[in-house]
Amino acid sequence: MIINGVTIDATFAEAFGMKATRVIITAQNEKWAMISAQAMTGFATSVIACGCEAGIERTLLPSETPDGRPGVSVLIFAMGGKGLAKQLETRAGQCVLTSPTSALFAGIDEGVQIPLGKNLRYFGDGFQVSKKIAGKRYWRIPVMDGEFLTEETTGRVEAVGGGNFLVLAKSQPQALAACEAAIEEMLKIPNVIMPFPGGVVRSGSKVGSKYAALGASSNDAFCPTLKGMTKTELPADCESVMEIVIDGLTKEDIDKAMRVGIQAVCDLGTENGIQRISAGNYGGKLGPFHFHLQEIMA
Amino acid sequence: MSALTLTMKTRLDQRVDMSPLVCQKLEGLSMAEIAAIELQNGKRKIRVDSLFGIKGSDTQNLVIQGSFSKLDFIGKQLDGGTITVNGDVGAYLAQEMKSGTIKVQGNAGLYAACEMKNGYLEITGNSGDFLAAALPGNKQGMKGGVVLVKGNVGERAGDHMRRGTILIEGNAGDYCGSRMVAGTIAVMGQTGRYLGYAMRRGTLLLWNQPQLSATFNDCGSHTLAFLPILFASFKSLGSRFAEESEAFNRVQRYAGDMSEVGRGEVLVRI
Repeated sequence: MIINGVTIDATFAEAFGMKATRVIITAQNEKWAMISAQAMTGFATSVIACGCEAGIERTLLPSETPDGRPGVSVLIFAMGGKGLAKQLETRAGQCVLTSPTSALFAGIDEGVQIPLGKNLRYFGDGFQVSKKIAGKRYWRIPVMDGEFLTEETTGRVEAVGGGNFLVLAKSQPQALAACEAAIEEMLKIPNVIMPFPGGVVRSGSKVGSKYAALGASSNDAFCPTLKGMTKTELPADCESVMEIVIDGLTKEDIDKAMRVGIQAVCDLGTENGIQRISAGNYGGKLGPFHFHLQEIMA
Repeated sequence: MSALTLTMKTRLDQRVDMSPLVCQKLEGLSMAEIAAIELQNGKRKIRVDSLFGIKGSDTQNLVIQGSFSKLDFIGKQLDGGTITVNGDVGAYLAQEMKSGTIKVQGNAGLYAACEMKNGYLEITGNSGDFLAAALPGNKQGMKGGVVLVKGNVGERAGDHMRRGTILIEGNAGDYCGSRMVAGTIAVMGQTGRYLGYAMRRGTLLLWNQPQLSATFNDCGSHTLAFLPILFASFKSLGSRFAEESEAFNRVQRYAGDMSEVGRGEVLVRI
């Protein structure tokens, strides 16, 4: 398959089942809601070492938030329910509770309920106040700037993590420009995050390593400087490969995000140095979710 | 199916225990069976059909027409369904109500919503003393749900209240929120003496400055984030509480009752 001169490989991205939740952070203004959200989603690019994958889904208008203030919705993904709960609580406690004027609410009501403010309330040292409003329990925790308001729990749902595609380009600036264009479009899709820095990862990995202690290592088949040293997947004039990883609440959400992202890359076309779109997989044996690039773009 | 409508035929001298006439107990009964239900009336029993004219068949939607202040225990332990009452009601309205809706187009007597567990109770007129309170000797009053009173309420509203919300458009008598354990009482009108007497936790939300006891301490003026959420939850009510002009988030906060654990609060609109 070729779109605007860009080859779409007959391959697929392989993704895994994850647990996820959404939380809504509000603040006095969008600036401070965003600061809090950025803190909460910091160091959350990959479950390999961060414990979770988290990202900002979108900003919310005051009319869309529970307390009528500007807000940001955040999605957090982890491999297991316990890990998700731990990461959520730690990040809520250290990044949102601490953030001036913030409040924290559940972004998903259904599913298994996991603690949001349920244990954070003890920070109030007995001065915390519970309020049950319209069936939901909130905690008002006294803090130095006033009160930190948080919902007691949020919903945990089944989700999908690890959707991806690779952009092969003639130069590094062209690969990055294409990924930026893709991310701009993908951010418009609800229920997904691209957890890596700016949504783009330049250090895609393969399973295994020559070093026994490492479970993953650089994906040498897609490293342009190794073209003459390894069984490369790259054309001779490819100088740079970048990857976009997508976590979503459902497979369909990731399908949509991949479609608009790949389309944005293809729109730049060969005249902007874009050569191929490929994807990372493990032979289809590890992950239950397969995203076939040509099917998505059909 | 039209609502099961009970129209009062006569006003008796003695009080009537209406507790058998709740939706869950009437479900599946024929008209003849409903007509034959016996209600306690003073020291004697009286059949439903000798007290009421009966029309309609939807037992989950009960209407009582021509009610008066001697009909006690209406909606006692109601667990689903709707009861609409046109006229005044006696004591113990919605006692221990579990779920469902009760609307009274009139006044209610003593102990309305006492020990109510959940559901929605609306009284368009006034309500007597001990609204949503605990029965004498018991330690926990209302435990959940919403009570809306469009008129005034008597003394000791929310006595021993444990959870839930009481909304009062009019005035509240003395000892409002006394011995409150938790929950929220909102009063748009005036409040009487000894507000929040011995309250442990909970919130008294007031539109007018109260006469506070010395055991309530001023915590200053604040913008509280939970208030917009609280007011948003009133939006569906046919009440002044649903009006945007009545909502606020700036309050003067008083903590008390310091003669008790002192974790309660009186929030006064500023």
